[in-house]
Amino acid sequence: MAITLEVNGRTRSVDVDPQTPLLWVLRDTLGLTGTKFGCGMAACGACTVHLDGRAVRTCTLPVSAAEGASITTIEGLAQDGTLHKVQQAWIDNQVPQCGYCQSGMIMAVSALLEQRPDPSDEQIDAAVTNVCRCGTFVRIRRAIHAVARETAGEEVRDG
Amino acid sequence: MGKWTRRAFIGAGSLVGGGFVLGVAGITLAPGRHSLVSDDAAEKGELTTWITVTPDNFTTILVPHCEMGQGSQTALAMMAAEEMEADWDLVRINEAPALDAYANAYLLRAFTGDPFPAPIGRAIDYGAYRLASWFGTQVTGGSMAVRGTGFGMCVAGAAAKEMLLAAAAERFGVPVSECTAAESRVTHAASGQSASFGELARAATAIPVPPHPALKDPDTYTLRRTARQRFDIPPKVDGSVTFGIDFTLPGMLYAAVDIAPVQGGKLVSVDPGPAENMPGVKQVVQLEEAVAVVADSYWQARQALGKLSPVYDDAGHGNVSSASIFAAFDESLGDPPDMPTDAATVITADYRVPFLAHATMEPMACTARVEGDQAEVWAGTQDPLNARSMAASALDFDASQVKLTNLPLGGGYGRRLPFTFDYVQLAVRIARAASPAPVKMVWSRENDIQHDFYRPAAMSRFAGALDGQGRPLAVASYYAGGGNAEAVFMPYAIADRRDDARDAAHHIRTGEWRSVLNSQHGFFKESFIDELAHAAGKDPYRFRRDLMGDHPRHRAVLDRAAAMADWDSPLPAGEGRGIAICESFGSIVAQVAHVAVSPAGDLRVPRVWVAVDCGDVVNTDTATAQMEGGVIFALSAAMVGEITIEGGRIAESNFGDHLMIRMADAPDVKVEFIRSNAWLGGLGEPSVPPVAPAVTNAIHAATGIRVRDLPIKNQDLSRA
Repeated sequence: MAITLEVNGRTRSVDVDPQTPLLWVLRDTLGLTGTKFGCGMAACGACTVHLDGRAVRTCTLPVSAAEGASITTIEGLAQDGTLHKVQQAWIDNQVPQCGYCQSGMIMAVSALLEQRPDPSDEQIDAAVTNVCRCGTFVRIRRAIHAVARETAGEEVRDG
Repeated sequence: MGKWTRRAFIGAGSLVGGGFVLGVAGITLAPGRHSLVSDDAAEKGELTTWITVTPDNFTTILVPHCEMGQGSQTALAMMAAEEMEADWDLVRINEAPALDAYANAYLLRAFTGDPFPAPIGRAIDYGAYRLASWFGTQVTGGSMAVRGTGFGMCVAGAAAKEMLLAAAAERFGVPVSECTAAESRVTHAASGQSASFGELARAATAIPVPPHPALKDPDTYTLRRTARQRFDIPPKVDGSVTFGIDFTLPGMLYAAVDIAPVQGGKLVSVDPGPAENMPGVKQVVQLEEAVAVVADSYWQARQALGKLSPVYDDAGHGNVSSASIFAAFDESLGDPPDMPTDAATVITADYRVPFLAHATMEPMACTARVEGDQAEVWAGTQDPLNARSMAASALDFDASQVKLTNLPLGGGYGRRLPFTFDYVQLAVRIARAASPAPVKMVWSRENDIQHDFYRPAAMSRFAGALDGQGRPLAVASYYAGGGNAEAVFMPYAIADRRDDARDAAHHIRTGEWRSVLNSQHGFFKESFIDELAHAAGKDPYRFRRDLMGDHPRHRAVLDRAAAMADWDSPLPAGEGRGIAICESFGSIVAQVAHVAVSPAGDLRVPRVWVAVDCGDVVNTDTATAQMEGGVIFALSAAMVGEITIEGGRIAESNFGDHLMIRMADAPDVKVEFIRSNAWLGGLGEPSVPPVAPAVTNAIHAATGIRVRDLPIKNQDLSRA
């Protein structure tokens, strides 16, 4: 059965079982392998994408539930060849180690910062519950605060 | 790939004659290991085995280690570029392919350093290379890349520089001694002539590779000891990196597998019928210990696999549990070790640590294509040459019939080391059944948690004796679950020190888990020394310190950690600091953990301070990152990590019951390095062992409760 998806600004038609988790449609049908499989039970966040700007774990989300929504994956986060400021902060702070969880981390953090441009440590703890096995949390926190400071600086300048 | 020549040395092959022991003539005439280049080296600008300079003046450094986030590819390139005087902005890296020519040769250097006269050192490196290529070893593990291979990278860089200088001198018509290299250019100041490495490379390839070039004085380093961004990070922030699980081929099929739940068990029967008619299913593959479904998509394969009801035997291990394994350990340990009869105080303590899973975020995955007598494999491994030979043995092929491409690893921590390539062997057997279609096998998280090579569970029984002044007379242990001299080593002056292995066998498959035997023994020994300090009525930091007279490096590291943590400053009730120090993989790491335990028993670890002596630091930022990550990896294990055995099988199955700490539980980690200028130590593992004892020692300081069994979550820390 054909399902129409809007992924990274493009309309894509896929012919899959509507119960197929969005994760596997993105990875195996559309070739967008930046979104990762970690657990299959929405416990680790490696598969996080944006659904209408909200961070959503896709390994348990039936593709049919994403129909009509605007889906952004890690591959679609940069705009016009410029990295999203969270991606840039991840490079500036040398956050990733193995990097496998970081697509999901970056999607979770970018959604958080959209809602709360200057989150407290408690708000970060509550919103970013993804697993990183390499233990990059120290740098993730540092990078989030760096983006918040940068955003605040921009607002003052734009002010 | 062209055939391989030894340009620096004609006839070495006949002298070493395919054997591995170099005679006197061999020692004198062994080629530099870095001088093995392809026969089209001149066209490619290949100066040494590891270094190529192209006309665009870029230097490409070939790195014989995998990247799993530890940053050693970048650090190794820095070591070569420093000696070569290459402009860091003009340096690129490539991972060496899985070919015998790139077998590990320098790992021995991690243990030997470089105390040898040059020809002997050269012979050792070449002999090690012959051995490694014969065994098929290209391993990344044991925190050995920088401290072992780094030496070879320095030699290769220095050799390349000498060749470029010689080529420049000839071109300028001046003595080579008057030429200098810097920023990827050679300059002759007196005549004002200069040329880029790129312009000189082709001529330089005609110059014999110097077998033992002079290395730089460390005081003149400009690149090492600085923070440089890792090459592998940009593709990790935009989703473009291809991990093993991401590899895709046209026409590829997908496989999901179910494996005998008790290790050693065999598939008794399965009715493939319920899967065969499911959408997309191509084939149900029955193997000796597993059943796989091959389908057009991974989700279809998973769904169809779920319809099957395979029956396995339990290989006679159906009654084994964690309780039965620890009971066997307890029995094997017997009475505590004897203590001197004239001691004023004798204490004893038992410690237990569970099995642990690696739980790499990327579940095991492997793509394979088998066509006739040839196979091709794509996977993330910590040893591509060993993975290739294991793939070959599963197919009854020779290694030369298998081509393996190593891909970036979504976590390693020891899960993908030599002889742990069950996932590669499964994938090639499934691909043979589906031949000629390529098949990508992806493990579920349940497969991954339940079919690991686990950190061994272990138990230790300590006894210690103090004299009337609270000075230790004797410390001795019996342990089960594995150990070695490094793991049980204590840097304390205690006249009577004994450790004895008393093992009890079990069927659980074990392997190397980040820091190998040091995570268990670090907890045991650094908990017991803390208990002894308390028995002596002494401050645990100063008690340790006073015993370190013979180990000034250890004492300096311990002092630094205590100073970083402001050890003597007061803390509120319910909070405490704990200290621990472990030497592993050539590095000494001391840590202070600061914990807070609520009256209800909830534990928080807000801060960990880390002091490190790893000799010297190559890339300061990645070194710090490895310390930070190791602390959090180990804190997961200490607080919540465990694999338990029930009915002979693994009880945990996914991240619902296999727990790991996350953002909210992750401490702030502060790291400082002490430069002792000892031979380089490893950094991937040594921050792991002190974490558990630092935290449990801090819990004792905060609450008076002594945690002797891990994980801490199983202990009641509440106070009435």
